[in-house]
Amino acid sequence: MKLSKLVVAAAVVAAGAASLSTSAFAQAKEQFFPLLSYRTGPYAPNGTPWANGKQDYIKMVNARDGGVNGVKLTFEECETGYATDRGVECYERLKNKPGVALIDPQATGITFALTEKVPVDKIPLITLGYGLSVAQDGMAFKWNFPLMGSYWTGADILVQHIGKSAGGLDKLKGKKIALVYHDSPFGKEPIPLLQERARMHGFELQLLPVTAPGVEQKATWLQVRQSRPDYVMLWGWGVMNSTALKEAQATGFPRDKLYGVWWAGAEPDVRDVGDGAKGYQALALNGSGTESKVIQDILKNVHDKGQGTGAKDEVGSVLYTRGVIIQMLSIEAVRRAQERFGKGKVMTGEQVRWGMENLSLDQKKLDALGFAGVMRPISTSCADHMGSTWARVQTWDGKKWKMTSDWYQSDDQIIKPLVKAGADKYLADKKLTRRTAADCQS
Amino acid sequence: MLYRENGQFKTTYRADQQIFPITQDRVAIGLMLAFAFIAVPLMASDYLYASILIPLVIMSLAAIGVNILVGYCGQISLGSGAFMAVGAYGAYNFFVRIPGMPLIPTLILGGLCAMSFGILFGLPSLRVKGLYLAVATLAAQFFSDWMFLRIKWLTNDSASGSVSVTQLQVFGLPIQSPVSKYLFCLAVLVIVALLAKNLVRGAIGREWMAIRDMDVAAAVIGIRPMYAKLSAFAVSSFIIGMAGALWAFVHLGSWEPAAFSVEISFRLLFMVIIGGLGSIMGGFFGAAFIVVLPIALNRFLPAFMSLFGIEISTAGVSHAELMIFGGLIVWFLIVEPHGLARLWSMAKQKLRLWPFPH
Repeated sequence: MKLSKLVVAAAVVAAGAASLSTSAFAQAKEQFFPLLSYRTGPYAPNGTPWANGKQDYIKMVNARDGGVNGVKLTFEECETGYATDRGVECYERLKNKPGVALIDPQATGITFALTEKVPVDKIPLITLGYGLSVAQDGMAFKWNFPLMGSYWTGADILVQHIGKSAGGLDKLKGKKIALVYHDSPFGKEPIPLLQERARMHGFELQLLPVTAPGVEQKATWLQVRQSRPDYVMLWGWGVMNSTALKEAQATGFPRDKLYGVWWAGAEPDVRDVGDGAKGYQALALNGSGTESKVIQDILKNVHDKGQGTGAKDEVGSVLYTRGVIIQMLSIEAVRRAQERFGKGKVMTGEQVRWGMENLSLDQKKLDALGFAGVMRPISTSCADHMGSTWARVQTWDGKKWKMTSDWYQSDDQIIKPLVKAGADKYLADKKLTRRTAADCQS
Repeated sequence: MLYRENGQFKTTYRADQQIFPITQDRVAIGLMLAFAFIAVPLMASDYLYASILIPLVIMSLAAIGVNILVGYCGQISLGSGAFMAVGAYGAYNFFVRIPGMPLIPTLILGGLCAMSFGILFGLPSLRVKGLYLAVATLAAQFFSDWMFLRIKWLTNDSASGSVSVTQLQVFGLPIQSPVSKYLFCLAVLVIVALLAKNLVRGAIGREWMAIRDMDVAAAVIGIRPMYAKLSAFAVSSFIIGMAGALWAFVHLGSWEPAAFSVEISFRLLFMVIIGGLGSIMGGFFGAAFIVVLPIALNRFLPAFMSLFGIEISTAGVSHAELMIFGGLIVWFLIVEPHGLARLWSMAKQKLRLWPFPH
């Protein structure tokens, strides 16, 4: 063996030994957050700020408060590239680390795959604004938490908003609404609800799928040009959104008749299109901007010290803020669990699940946390794993997003039966039973 | 010294026709099987099973299937992902629609679905060859993508196109724990690999190879091209279909059509090319290379770089992973175009002569 090969071999062995020894030195009082993210691939422009927000908030809580009641927060990031198999690999890799709290898979496909696995491993799955819509039913899905909204609540609010701008939901009769969606579970989730709404109000729903990742949409927009729908809903993610906006511009479809879901309403989606996207409206699950106290705290405690993840001028953008909110809710679930199971202790996945199920963040608490103006109060329970179904509509003015509507709440009368039926079907398929009231205490 | 066949005389045709005619090979294979079936379950962690061993075993199975078509019969196919998908969704439909359907017949039925699909899309191979056939089989991939996204019946009317299975069991034994999943997949792999090895050594395999080497000459000596090509498509897609069903049922548990995208077709083709065309052993090597290496790079790069005091970001790691992986593929193909299996057989050849090379 040549000397150079020997050196390389020795280095590889040493690297392996080093990675083993670092894990051996892990301290006991640490709550660990596995962070699945994607900084590569077609969804990276949107995945990156989201991942940065999560990381920065952890760093900020450690720097400002020294963790949660003295328990340090640690994290490790794992790159999934939005691929389900890589996501499952990341989950398997990180789930056995000491002090694992919960997991945010950051992708609908990975959520589907993990839904089967988390009850076995007893790790809560937080899917804020995405994931399985039926998982709102906490009595059927003990470990899933689609906080603050699902695709069904989003679709419902969009229909309400379109109805309002048309002058009342009854005016939708005979109108044609096209759904341009990402052809994956992510894009298909809202369809049952939209069909229900279409039946109620008598509008025609036209389904126009776009093959993932969504850079090729010529055929779809040709159909839009042919059938001339009155409104188009955009259910996209990553490069699909900006492509759709450019196609809409090329087709001449009025952008103010184009409505995006909250995953199609961030800066990376419209920045490249600029003026071409003027008037485009999208749901806003959360506020954005750098004025809020929490973002100021992150800037002060993390970025000003040169510890920030990612670019400083991205701090406070829509998806970054959503990452911050997800991490805040995760950490608040740990805090809530500590209130019951012992302050200053490292919580297990089961205890964090209880905390997640008993979150109660009213306006006062949100103000104290620095989230005033960023989100609405949220309160979860055993039966309701969503906690809040409110969202607003924002409009792109060519330079930045502006909130242009009041808050909407999704219509429980439509969603509740759908959730119930879907959850029952899931339980029947899996031969499971509903949780009992006694189970809610654990 | 140890690996020498001096004194091993074969006195019967039977002895001469064994898969492993050299005693040392038989012992080595026996030891490897014992290691895989007994030692690995004693040592491996859950992570190792779920992320490396089970994908490795299933992908090896699929690579054997692809190798039969591409390596032995010379019909380049880019539709392997589609055959896997048909196997997976076929098995799923039998599994959920027939109450009490046992797992093993489900897998076989899934394989049969993939087989008929494979024969159908193998028909163009009677007219077109090489690169043109590769493009024609790509149609299978797009067709299956379309089919499983659009035909609701096939996904049991799941609104999102995502389906899942639970409570798998074989002969009353639950296939839930990582160990049982691994052992089940390994058992399937060993059986199929043995069958495939015997098939390619026999008359059918020789027909395939004759067609691969020169189809006109093969036809002249009396081999029916249609029969040979279609049987290669049938056997290959049956095995790939079973692998797809295992991938979906055992590895993923819940899947969507994107799990069997065109990317998986490419990965399988790379596996076969890197592992070694026309070699059952190559399937294992190729699968190991493609499945394990990216994960290993992903895990050890940060530690390796930190030795030199360089902090590397997650994005940096995954970009570096892609670059190194791509570079290694190119390097391998230049250094040894016949794949890892060829390196393996060369090593064996050298050992037989060692320490007296001519």
